[in-house]
Amino acid sequence: MLEHLLLDLSSANLRWVLTGSLLLGFASGLVGSFVLLKKQSLISDAMAHAALPGVALGFLVFHEKSLPVLLIGATITSLIGTYLIQLIIQHSKLEADAAIGIIISVFFGSSIVLLTCIQQHASGNQAGLNTFIFGQAASLIGRDVHLVAVSAVILLGITMLFFKEFKMIIFDPNFAKGMGLPVTFLNGVLMFLIVGIVVIGIQTVGVILIAALIITPPLAARYWTEKLSVMAWLSALIGAVSGVIGTWFSTSIPDLPTGPMIVLVASSIFIISLLFGSKRGLIIKAVHVS
Amino acid sequence: MHALEISNISVSYNKQPVLENISFTVAPGTLTGIIGPNGAGKSSLIKAILGLISKRSGEVKVYQKPLSKHKHLIGYVPQRNEVDWDFPINARDVVLMGRYRKIGFFKKSKKQDIEWADQCLAKVGMLDYAERQISQLSGGQQQRIFLARALAQDASIYLMDEPFAGVDAATEKAIIQLMKDWKANDKTVLVVHHDLQTVTDYFDHVLLLNKQCIQYGTTHHVFTHENLEKTFGGRVSFLNQATV
Repeated sequence: MLEHLLLDLSSANLRWVLTGSLLLGFASGLVGSFVLLKKQSLISDAMAHAALPGVALGFLVFHEKSLPVLLIGATITSLIGTYLIQLIIQHSKLEADAAIGIIISVFFGSSIVLLTCIQQHASGNQAGLNTFIFGQAASLIGRDVHLVAVSAVILLGITMLFFKEFKMIIFDPNFAKGMGLPVTFLNGVLMFLIVGIVVIGIQTVGVILIAALIITPPLAARYWTEKLSVMAWLSALIGAVSGVIGTWFSTSIPDLPTGPMIVLVASSIFIISLLFGSKRGLIIKAVHVS
Repeated sequence: MHALEISNISVSYNKQPVLENISFTVAPGTLTGIIGPNGAGKSSLIKAILGLISKRSGEVKVYQKPLSKHKHLIGYVPQRNEVDWDFPINARDVVLMGRYRKIGFFKKSKKQDIEWADQCLAKVGMLDYAERQISQLSGGQQQRIFLARALAQDASIYLMDEPFAGVDAATEKAIIQLMKDWKANDKTVLVVHHDLQTVTDYFDHVLLLNKQCIQYGTTHHVFTHENLEKTFGGRVSFLNQATV
């Protein structure tokens, strides 16, 4: 098995795909730290599910499977989904979790209908849009990998630029506003970053599991530190490791989707952290109590 | 010159009026207690003055300029339960947030910012806890971190939301000492306060609030049994001894 995996590495395309997954996981882990602390884990899941109809619609309108077109569609419906959640919370007596639940199911349901229609269409079989559900990193071609990698670096840069500001608006939004920080604008930037990760991760990880790649790494990192900067970079590292190992394994086994593999790796790191984490792990806590 | 000029502030929440036509002016170097029953809009008033919640009408002037021009002159100590104390951050980093305007957008804190934060921590007796994660602090210690953060703002006017609620004796003393220092330096302090027994000891001015401004003035003139009955609706008989 190992021999087989190592042999794969000689392929230039795989090396590219792995680099894409590495950068995606890194950016996702970094942004995810803020998402987790802002308690927006579920929202990020809704944004991911709401991106899928956009992929299908992008294909239906332009009749071609060009990644930029599909990703623009994904961005639009993802933002619409997020906006509708706010609208439901404001104008009904529903709580946020109910509003998110509705949006997830409605958007996912409609995207499955759309994808089925595309599938039965003459050109449908070549579309291969199903890879957007669970992710298939190997289906990324060189051009797409470039797009993912460059976008991930941009998202990383924006997050680093706003690091101190995000810390303030998430810890104490009222105080931040009192200090004159543009809190609404900064919340918008964070929202943009989440949509960005969802959209560039959609073909590698898939809509169902991309939220797990945003949330699991920071969750695991939290067990090792009480410092936000350490947590954020550790989370980025865990995201990158999960991305690379998951992608590598999934490409070496035919038909194994990438998303589930990445999430399994991230979850294993989470379980190790939960048990052995040096600051909040269950074992260290038990030792302190006794 | 007035430190703070509040004219005709009205605030609604879900179409229910919370504050109606509040007007008063505060002189520099005064300590004002904001007193009123639960739901009287005390916290809302502070938030409206700071511009944290939207006003239906009204205007706030800070040293004769609109709030937007002089926002940097106001320091804020929010209620302790309004933030997530499990946040991965230590005491010094919280205090550094008060220094944000000096540090600036996108920039990292420099050595003098950290020294400044440590001085503020020392003033509230918390320097030894600078590296502590904030969830490992007691309620009173957390309150003192918030005070140090307000100190770091180096403001002229301080708005504090229930700083005395549920704190230990050491913290209470620290807050009182801080208020005295501020007053001596001609700074202006407004405090949402719950405990009627201590009003005359802590404050030289009182604002009685129950959705409307019942009265504002020196503690000696305003903090009377009659006015308290007007504010609390006749439920203050047990506080007879507290009034002057």
